[in-house]
Amino acid sequence: MEQKSRVNKELIEAVADMEHVTVNNLYERYPDFFIDVKYEQGLLLKHDVIIWHHPFYWYSSPALLKEWFDLVLEHGFAYGKDAFALKGKQVMNCITTGGRESTYAPGGLNRYPITDYLLPFKQSAYLCKMNYLPPFVVHGVHLLTEDEIENYKKEYQQLMMSLRNNN
Amino acid sequence: MHLDEIFFKIMIYLLAAVISVPIAKKIGLGSVLGYLIAGIVIGPFALELVGSEGEGVMHIAEFGVVIMLFIVGLELHPSMLWRLKRLIFGLGGMQIGFTALIFSGLTAFFWLNTAQAITTGLILALSSTAIVLQTLTEKGMLKTRGGRHSFSVLLMQDISVVPIFAILALLANQIVTDTSVVEEGASGEGWQQLLIIMAAVAVIVVGGRYLAHYVFKLIAETGLRELFTATALLLVIGIAVFMDFVGLSPALGTFLAGVVLANSEYRYELEDNLEPFKGLLLGVFFISVGASINFNLLFENWKTILLILVILVGVKLIVLYALGKLFKLEKSHNMLFTFSLAQAGEFGFVLITFAAQNAIYDDFTAGILLIVVALSMLITPVLFIINEHVIQPRLAVTEKLDDDDFEENGHPVIIAGFGRFGQVLGRFLNANSIKLTIIDNNPHNVQYLKKFGYKVYYGDITRKEMLDAAGASAAKALVVAMSERHQIDKLVELAQKHYPHLKLIVRAEDVAHELVLQNKGVEGHRQAIFDSAIDMGVSTMSSLGYNKHQSYRAALTFKHLDKRFMKNLQQRYSKDDPHFLMETKKFSEHLENILLLQQKHPYQEMDCAWDTHSLIEEAKEGGDLSVK
Repeated sequence: MEQKSRVNKELIEAVADMEHVTVNNLYERYPDFFIDVKYEQGLLLKHDVIIWHHPFYWYSSPALLKEWFDLVLEHGFAYGKDAFALKGKQVMNCITTGGRESTYAPGGLNRYPITDYLLPFKQSAYLCKMNYLPPFVVHGVHLLTEDEIENYKKEYQQLMMSLRNNN
Repeated sequence: MHLDEIFFKIMIYLLAAVISVPIAKKIGLGSVLGYLIAGIVIGPFALELVGSEGEGVMHIAEFGVVIMLFIVGLELHPSMLWRLKRLIFGLGGMQIGFTALIFSGLTAFFWLNTAQAITTGLILALSSTAIVLQTLTEKGMLKTRGGRHSFSVLLMQDISVVPIFAILALLANQIVTDTSVVEEGASGEGWQQLLIIMAAVAVIVVGGRYLAHYVFKLIAETGLRELFTATALLLVIGIAVFMDFVGLSPALGTFLAGVVLANSEYRYELEDNLEPFKGLLLGVFFISVGASINFNLLFENWKTILLILVILVGVKLIVLYALGKLFKLEKSHNMLFTFSLAQAGEFGFVLITFAAQNAIYDDFTAGILLIVVALSMLITPVLFIINEHVIQPRLAVTEKLDDDDFEENGHPVIIAGFGRFGQVLGRFLNANSIKLTIIDNNPHNVQYLKKFGYKVYYGDITRKEMLDAAGASAAKALVVAMSERHQIDKLVELAQKHYPHLKLIVRAEDVAHELVLQNKGVEGHRQAIFDSAIDMGVSTMSSLGYNKHQSYRAALTFKHLDKRFMKNLQQRYSKDDPHFLMETKKFSEHLENILLLQQKHPYQEMDCAWDTHSLIEEAKEGGDLSVK
């Protein structure tokens, strides 16, 4: 999920070539928002760790990722009493925000901590019997220096490696 | 000369060209050297197949240079010419000045009197437009930095031919004091002459800008190809005659006309029509240069001639290299520039003859100089080869080619066919700031679209020359948007053969055609009517009361299924299999079934976005899982 986000793109590129990592760019694959549900469900089955990697638009995901939730996480596949396809998989958000970290606090412009806004994701994971990990958040992307971006890239790579090795 | 004799001579010239040029090209010598050698072989000193008429032939064939400069002008927009002004007048002027000065000094010191020395200096300062431009074009190096510098100098040399003539006439006057033939009161007539020249230039500019367009349109609309060719030739010959009449160099006049017409939508078609004449005439010109070498005189004075030749080329190389450095040319470009211009030129023949007629030279000196000029032209292709195979490879490691040399000349996208279909496509790309070169073969379209500010060219794009001219080698993608299938196929084949780097986006006539194209390895393609048919289907569904988004999703479903089906079909039937027509029929039946099913259970399999059936059932069983 990259769209018009520069830092997002850099983060993706940092991990794209790693072994056992699949980058599934929804906006490239489904320019007309016509999601291939069977293909996406197949991808989910093939992987142990799912990362919802997206810029933080209006306190949520961009439209196409929401569409992905609506279509791919079907009843009977992802949730429901007989649905265990995603059970036990690790899942997390990797997001970039324009606002600085300090704004996501009482008294700040965004008033609530970022984890509050991510509750729907956390609950969706729960409903799908997945294990929701703490999010990887890059705040204040508009003001980042090249060095800081480099650091975030390294951090993201390390995170990816530890996820890969522990699962 | 009798008619059959003329035909015999023509046959000899053509035969010589047809045999020697392919051999020369095959062994890497280039066409120019091939022609020159052919000339020597059929000339009076070898096979004696051609003889005294050689000079006359050379004179006629020089017209090839005139056509060539017209074509070069066509490729040079006025704005680009303006940008070259520093090179033309600065670099070109300095090259002529320094070289003439050195040669005048050398010859005055060793050999000749003052008038002869000045004449020789001026003549030897010139280089050969014919050989250099032909070779640079053939090698595709005209548009590189080195090539452009060479071209600028050549242009300045062509400009200075007329003043050089005037100087020679003055010198002749001084020698033969009792003649009253030439240049009596030259300074008094100078102003008049200048006015005439300026008027002539104005006629060309105004005529080219405002009149030529209507004439070409009229001719193009007759649909007679040969009439267009005749008009193009008439234009060039007419300007040459006109220029001669007012006392300007014909080459310069036609070059100017070419530049004026560079913005015309008929530019490619003009180029296309004149190209064969140019090539043929230049070929004959080179042959006659080869045939003109007086080997008797050469063998008798070979030491002198060799010495002069070595000095000529050596001095030119040094001056050119120094000037290239002064104008900050990178080393590899400077080498091309230096090696390309180190010869004397075809104007030398004319000027030497003129000087001999006016008693500046005696016959012996003129004869020796003519041989030196011819030999220097003969070794030019060899110098090119040395540069290419010995010098450039050593420089290649340290320098890389700068890409933007090609950028400014070509647009990234060429659209072939600009009817109703191509127009929509063009508007779309245009709206996204993608630069287009558009080519259409209907003069009406061209005319109409020009009014809307499009850059549209008129011509038959299924010919290779046209693709060349449209800048296919610099473009990234070719959109084939014509409507006739055999033309589409022809162009696809042509582009794949000669420009494998071009991404092809091809308009297919129907499913079968689409499949044929896929088998040819064409990546992008669309059935022209497919998408708009589906769009109309969407409108129809909406008018029946289906909700708008539902109709839209139905169209998407249909398109994606179709795409998947085409992929299957292509994998199963690789080449020229007639079965795919049957399969196509099966497909539409298959699709009917899908659509029937769809009506009963909307979007069951393909699109389950808002399918709540199972959810409702689980809820009825007592679960509370509703997230939708």
